[in-house]
Amino acid sequence: MELTRKEEGALQGEYGDGLKLAYKILVAIGNANNATKLIPIKWAHISGVNFNTIGEAGVKFLSKLDKETKVTVTTTLNPMGFDSKKDNKISEDFKVNQLSIINSYLSLGVRPSFTCIPYEIFDLPKKGEIVSFAESNAAVFVNSILGIKSNKESSLSSLASAITGKTPYSDLLINDLRRPSVSIKPDIDIKTESDFGLLGYFAGKIANDICVGLEINSESLDIINSKAISAGIGTSGMCGMFTNKINNCERISFGKPEITHVKDELNTAEKGDLIVFGSPQLGLHELNMLGHLTDGKKFKKPCMIFCPRSVTECNEEMINKLRMAGADITCDSCTCLTPLITKNDYDSIITNSIKCAYYMKHSNKIDVSLKDMKSIIKEYCE
Amino acid sequence: MMMNIYCKKIVGGKAEGLALLSIKPLNMLSMLDTKSGEIKDKEHDLFNQTLKNRILIFPNCIGSSVGAYVFYSLKINGVNPKAIICTNKCDIITASGCAISDIPLVDGTGASFKSLNNNTKVTVDADNQMVILSTL
Repeated sequence: MELTRKEEGALQGEYGDGLKLAYKILVAIGNANNATKLIPIKWAHISGVNFNTIGEAGVKFLSKLDKETKVTVTTTLNPMGFDSKKDNKISEDFKVNQLSIINSYLSLGVRPSFTCIPYEIFDLPKKGEIVSFAESNAAVFVNSILGIKSNKESSLSSLASAITGKTPYSDLLINDLRRPSVSIKPDIDIKTESDFGLLGYFAGKIANDICVGLEINSESLDIINSKAISAGIGTSGMCGMFTNKINNCERISFGKPEITHVKDELNTAEKGDLIVFGSPQLGLHELNMLGHLTDGKKFKKPCMIFCPRSVTECNEEMINKLRMAGADITCDSCTCLTPLITKNDYDSIITNSIKCAYYMKHSNKIDVSLKDMKSIIKEYCE
Repeated sequence: MMMNIYCKKIVGGKAEGLALLSIKPLNMLSMLDTKSGEIKDKEHDLFNQTLKNRILIFPNCIGSSVGAYVFYSLKINGVNPKAIICTNKCDIITASGCAISDIPLVDGTGASFKSLNNNTKVTVDADNQMVILSTL
């Protein structure tokens, strides 16, 4: 990889230890991905905020780095482990470590957005511009739906890009590589957001590539379905983009046997003790849909809704309606590796989200009843 | 007997030690005991062996990208491998993990490590893109 004289100097430590480390990370990743150079980015979105994800090593790493450097481009942050304005039922040890992580990111100059759907909240760069998004659903969404370019980054690579303002020029940043070699052809009617999520989950597993083709109509790609597909793809593999523009692809059918197979993997219970919405966090569209479906009704089971604080602040009426229906609104966090839903309290949960189902099963060891939003409200609301 | 193999530099540095050879990918987050450096997955071919002071030669990492912090944890606890050679794909978990932990790393994709066993002394000279195998 070619570096400019200034970049080479930074790598040698001429501008301090923090910048040196950031360049070291980018050069390593650039070498591994056959990048030819570093290229400027407009925006970095960092993952690895929840203490359950980065652990004590992450706490130590960040508390050293935050004294050495700052971010140089707009940088937003993924959800953390709990709601900062609630009395959460979690250990003191978790709280102390979580606060240390947040203080480190604040010292680095990161915006405390605590969201995994930055594309629904912030002003977006123009089509074709380059960002570094470590949250997998967000990277897939902006590549596939908005035409903004991001590689599938990691917590460390997006942090290094936030500090340097650059990312290795490789993979999905190169127009010629934003094309699929394998495409998935649905041979069944896909209607609900959960089924679109399962399609994404299947595609992510099958695609051994950075881009996968999905033979679906552009009309069915509203924001809710697009989010579900993006989160599904991001959960099951290393693929960072889907497209319905398909040329000379190997075609793979997604029919009854395929959808049944992936659903059986994630749907491990008939019923559940807790309804969970939000992985990715719910945005305005899903909250509106949920508000409409629950209008004048009450949840028969406890229900947790994870959404960004900024969305709740702009839609108080809707949020109050959902609270009246019995829902608990939780901000700043998400279902992914959450310490808020534990095996001690729940044997099984009900959700419409493929990503939530995957992490509940694998990380929290809780069974999942997977259904679409309409069916959940029909069964568990009156 | 000595043999030199060209390997692409990913993270610079030089180290030597005994080889620790694996044909299976590692999920850092779920398979490692970061206190001892031992692999705790019964299905893995390195089950109960420690990475400490060895030259790890393995295909690549899999799983969550925060697995990179596990390399940092191993380093803090003094049980990190001295250097690493990836034989399948040099993934970003291993690349970023080695970068923050100062562990020399080379991409050995395409190179043959057939003559190797766990008694082979390996020198990884990442800066010169060279791996030297010395069979005792």
